[in-house]
Amino acid sequence: MTWLLPLAVILPLAGAGVTLVASRRPRVQRVISVGVLATQLLVELTMLLQVTANGTMVMHVGGWTAPFGITLVADELAAFMLVVSSIVALTVLIYAISQGMADESETPETPVSIFHPTFLILATGVTNAFLAGDLFNLFVSFEILLTASYVLLTIGGTRERLRAGAPYIVVSLLSSLIFLAAIAMIYAATGTVNMADLSVKLPQVAPGIVATLQAMLLVAFGVKAAVFPMSAWLPDSYPSAPAPATAVFAGLLTKVGIYAIIRVQTLLFPPGSFGTLLMIAALLTMLVGILGAIAQSGIKRILSFTLVSHIGYMLFGIALASETGLGAAIYYVAHHILVQAALFLGAGMIERVAGTTVLARVGGLAAAAPVLAILFFIPAMNLAGVPPLSGFLGKVGLFEAGVQDGRVLALILVAGGALTSLLTLYAIVRVWGRAFWRPVPEVMDPEDERDALQTESGRPLAVRRRAQQEARRRVASEEAARLPIGMVGATTAIVAIGLLLTFAAGPIYALTDQAAANLMDRSVYVDAVLDAGIPAPPGASGQGSGP
Amino acid sequence: MTSNLVLALTIGALFACGIYLMLSRNLIRVLLGFLLAGHAVNLLLLASGTGGVPPIVGQAKDGEAMADPIPQALILTSIVIGLAVSTFLLAMAYRNYQVTKEPEIPEELEDSEYAGSDPSGGDE
Repeated sequence: MTWLLPLAVILPLAGAGVTLVASRRPRVQRVISVGVLATQLLVELTMLLQVTANGTMVMHVGGWTAPFGITLVADELAAFMLVVSSIVALTVLIYAISQGMADESETPETPVSIFHPTFLILATGVTNAFLAGDLFNLFVSFEILLTASYVLLTIGGTRERLRAGAPYIVVSLLSSLIFLAAIAMIYAATGTVNMADLSVKLPQVAPGIVATLQAMLLVAFGVKAAVFPMSAWLPDSYPSAPAPATAVFAGLLTKVGIYAIIRVQTLLFPPGSFGTLLMIAALLTMLVGILGAIAQSGIKRILSFTLVSHIGYMLFGIALASETGLGAAIYYVAHHILVQAALFLGAGMIERVAGTTVLARVGGLAAAAPVLAILFFIPAMNLAGVPPLSGFLGKVGLFEAGVQDGRVLALILVAGGALTSLLTLYAIVRVWGRAFWRPVPEVMDPEDERDALQTESGRPLAVRRRAQQEARRRVASEEAARLPIGMVGATTAIVAIGLLLTFAAGPIYALTDQAAANLMDRSVYVDAVLDAGIPAPPGASGQGSGP
Repeated sequence: MTSNLVLALTIGALFACGIYLMLSRNLIRVLLGFLLAGHAVNLLLLASGTGGVPPIVGQAKDGEAMADPIPQALILTSIVIGLAVSTFLLAMAYRNYQVTKEPEIPEELEDSEYAGSDPSGGDE
């Protein structure tokens, strides 16, 4: 069944090619991209079942054996991440199609026919990253998904999106350069880029060099995962993108960074190395992120900051380097992918119903759009970690692992995590209270305030403007009744799957714990890759892999 | 593997110039910086392998070392990726020029949420 591995990568890539050719036929594009992603999800579900039943699946592409060729590897972690990411990609695609972003343009010159191919290429990159068995293939997958994300972030090429996209692109380019430089040095030190092979060979390298290599990789992945000192780009760039793009970025891109950190920390480097540093970074990511969220006044910005903040929880689990910590971190990654994507989709619908996501100007949505209110409320509470939802279960798992660890820093992190959780509740309830509970705001926007100051001269203007606004609101609330069924359906699906993580927490936790156990015991991965059916060539153990 | 001082210094200089240029708000400078830093990384990749005669079976005489082909394969891939990113940056710089009539990315953020958070800055 190892042919499933390349199939999962090839499907969206081929789909991207076909949709690009069919760029003048939006209906064909839609059918192909939904079909491709749905098939991919089925392939990945089969893969997950296979992996849990028979152990790690390995495919040497083109028959080149392990340390030389390109290896695709699916262990429990990779297969689980693939399934969750495909669910998000598929639901977000349906949402985007329904929103009409893919077929009707926002500005006249928007080249929207490229949306489907780009989205599928993004899916290809994400899939390939989870399956990559060597560092260079991981680098290539990062480039595939990043290049697609540059296009999605600046789609339409408006002034605002170019401005928001520029820092993201420059920061991503820099992190890619660091990653590639790290690969060059790793190759110079060991003569291989295959991760299983590196796991065997890196311990023979001088510890100082290994620490340097590890630091470079952690910086490169830390930028992608938005870990604190390297996280400033995220809240700056995400809010301007179209809602579906933001949702899929928030769900997947940062998590690919987290996945890469998990992979190199558990497979390549000495267990628990850089633990203290990672814990401090995790603490700062949580606190700085959530304090940023509290200071914001727009829904999408608040959500972007909570995204950064909750990356800290996952990093905490990784830094503990224990089986319970890792298991909880993996569960938390899955929970956070689903919840954060659902919230951004919800924010997109708020924007559609109310015309804005600025907190001062939205209100009364609970009455205007009750379905939306429920769809936003559930993931919001889930994010904050209100029991019995999956956010709570994930956090409890992490705190348990932290207390088990017993180091002072770990205990401080447990306290910091609890504090962050409460502050998240505060931030997200503020959104809920303002946007949904309170009546349509009487607060005037800055233009009105300025008009109101010059009452005598400006009165007619202010009155007229208020009347216009009333009219706009009426239109908006009528619009609210007609949220496209696909948008509501897609968001409902993702919220429901998020709830499934709660109801099926037992089996899923068992799965993530098993994944963590296999990560902690490197020999599972290494043996699977290095003696997968094909006998290792005689020269495989030597330094320098030149023939 | 022996290291080559000239190569090391070149890589360092290219990296320094590249990163410096990438700090600019001018997208053309960013592009040039990315190209320089990209060359630095490619040279670094080149330096990670061993040199020698072409790695083709039967070409090497007894005792001659063959070149390591893997770094060259990696560099080729990296050059292709660099090409894709460069074209994107060029397109973006051109689009930015079309929209703003300036080579630089505007300084201030313009999305509605950001503008909405600052009551004093509502001048449009």
